[in-house]
Amino acid sequence: MAETLLALHSLRKSFGGLLVTDDVTLDVRQGEIHALIGPNGAGKTTLIHQISGTLAPDAGRIRFLGEDITSLSMPARARRGLARSFQITSVIPSFSALENAALAVQARQGSSFRFFRAASREAALNAEAMEALAEVGLDARAGTPAAALSHGERRQLEIAIALAMRPRALLLDEPLAGTGPEEAERLIRLLSGLRARYAVLLVEHDMQAVFALADRISVLAQGRVIATGTPAQIRADAAVRDAYLGEEEAL
Amino acid sequence: MSNPRLWLPLLVFAGLAAAPFLGLGQGHSLTLLARGMIFGLAAVSLMLLVGGAGLVSLGHAAMMGMGAYAVVVLDHAGITEAWMVFPAGILAAALFALLTGAIAIRTSGVHFIMITLAFGQMAFFTTSSLAVYGGDDGYTLFSRTEVFGARWLENRLIFHFVCLGLLVACWALVQVLLESRFGRVLRAARENETRARALGFSPTPYRLLAYVIAGAMGGLAGVLLANSAEFVAPAYLAWQRSGDLLFMVILGGLAGPHGALVGALAFVLVEEWLSHAMEHWRLVFGPLLILCVFFLRGGIVGLLRRG
Repeated sequence: MAETLLALHSLRKSFGGLLVTDDVTLDVRQGEIHALIGPNGAGKTTLIHQISGTLAPDAGRIRFLGEDITSLSMPARARRGLARSFQITSVIPSFSALENAALAVQARQGSSFRFFRAASREAALNAEAMEALAEVGLDARAGTPAAALSHGERRQLEIAIALAMRPRALLLDEPLAGTGPEEAERLIRLLSGLRARYAVLLVEHDMQAVFALADRISVLAQGRVIATGTPAQIRADAAVRDAYLGEEEAL
Repeated sequence: MSNPRLWLPLLVFAGLAAAPFLGLGQGHSLTLLARGMIFGLAAVSLMLLVGGAGLVSLGHAAMMGMGAYAVVVLDHAGITEAWMVFPAGILAAALFALLTGAIAIRTSGVHFIMITLAFGQMAFFTTSSLAVYGGDDGYTLFSRTEVFGARWLENRLIFHFVCLGLLVACWALVQVLLESRFGRVLRAARENETRARALGFSPTPYRLLAYVIAGAMGGLAGVLLANSAEFVAPAYLAWQRSGDLLFMVILGGLAGPHGALVGALAFVLVEEWLSHAMEHWRLVFGPLLILCVFFLRGGIVGLLRRG
């Protein structure tokens, strides 16, 4: 079995009286895409927030690369190799696509307390940033400000930014949200190609994409993991059908 | 050449360098231009905070005040040597920025405005109560700062070019900082803090350093202002002065340090012209500022870019 990079143990989080993460335990291994699905309000994004460090869990532990990261800040987790994309695209709007990716390279390379050289002319930053853009097929748009990119291109840019961080694990929060069928297809091909190098936790509503991409699927309903298994096991699971798949008739 | 970021400041600097030889050589005109350059320097340093880091400080006059009062303290002790006075003014302001910034940086938005205002007022009331340095009445300098014992700065023409040289240096520094790796992190965190944090940047140390650098430059402007007027008063630190500085930055436009530069010069010159043209000039100046905020969204610089 491949090495477990990211593991959640009995994670709990509530907002007031509402339990949004109820004793969640799951793990993501090197070289797999682990999809997290569930109806709206099941607590998927809240879970991603807790893993990336935006929200602190009330109880439970998060381990990443063998280290307990539960109490680390979001920047500290990012520096250890945990990259995330956001459900609502989060880029630096006035920066060009290249600058957005170069900022991620800069973050990984260590010191940004450098004051006298124009960052946009640092060949080392730009070369790696360009590689990341090329990987998602955005190299032709490198000079375009992020604000001027199409929605689908910005989704690609989010992934390029995450790749430019050279992370160990990727948390992707609905990378296909709002993309057209052609863009979605391209992104699915791209995500599939990432599998070998990273551990990927994928939150996605597009069931076709999930069943095409995922090695394992966990189903979240009302904050609880009601099933974890291969796509075939999940398809056959009666509890999942009751809670989720049946009502949406997605299959 | 469509980008005014470079040609506009160079044009302004050339104009300032030529001014003494174009009939503006008399005492009063040069004093006015020096005042414009000194506030230009302070506004450019504030621009690093407002436009670069997104930190809207309403306490920047206190940085100038630290520099000015460093001159006073040394003057009182009989020290007027430039190699002591300038570093002391810069360090005093940098230290004040470090101590107050370490607290203020933890807040953002309106809270940051209020806390910088509070620190500025603290400095204002402290200087008002320093009886030994004249308290509310202020302090008249024994002499201008000397360079190796020579009284060069008393010469208006030399002082003019000292101000211009330091203004160019500070403008260039802010320009370079904003383009560096450091500046890129500052700008990224201003536009989208969550993204910057998700990349692994904790914005606090970057912002604090920017605050200290801007404070140090504000202190330098304060040393120059004290020398220009040969007089220092608590009014230099008043919150209205901080408001003026902030207004200069916004009036000029937030597109780059060239905006602050143009904004400060325009502000000082219009203020001077109006105060001579009519008695109740503030009645006109106030509404004029309000109209600028409404109609000059990109500042004066934005107007030039469109035109």
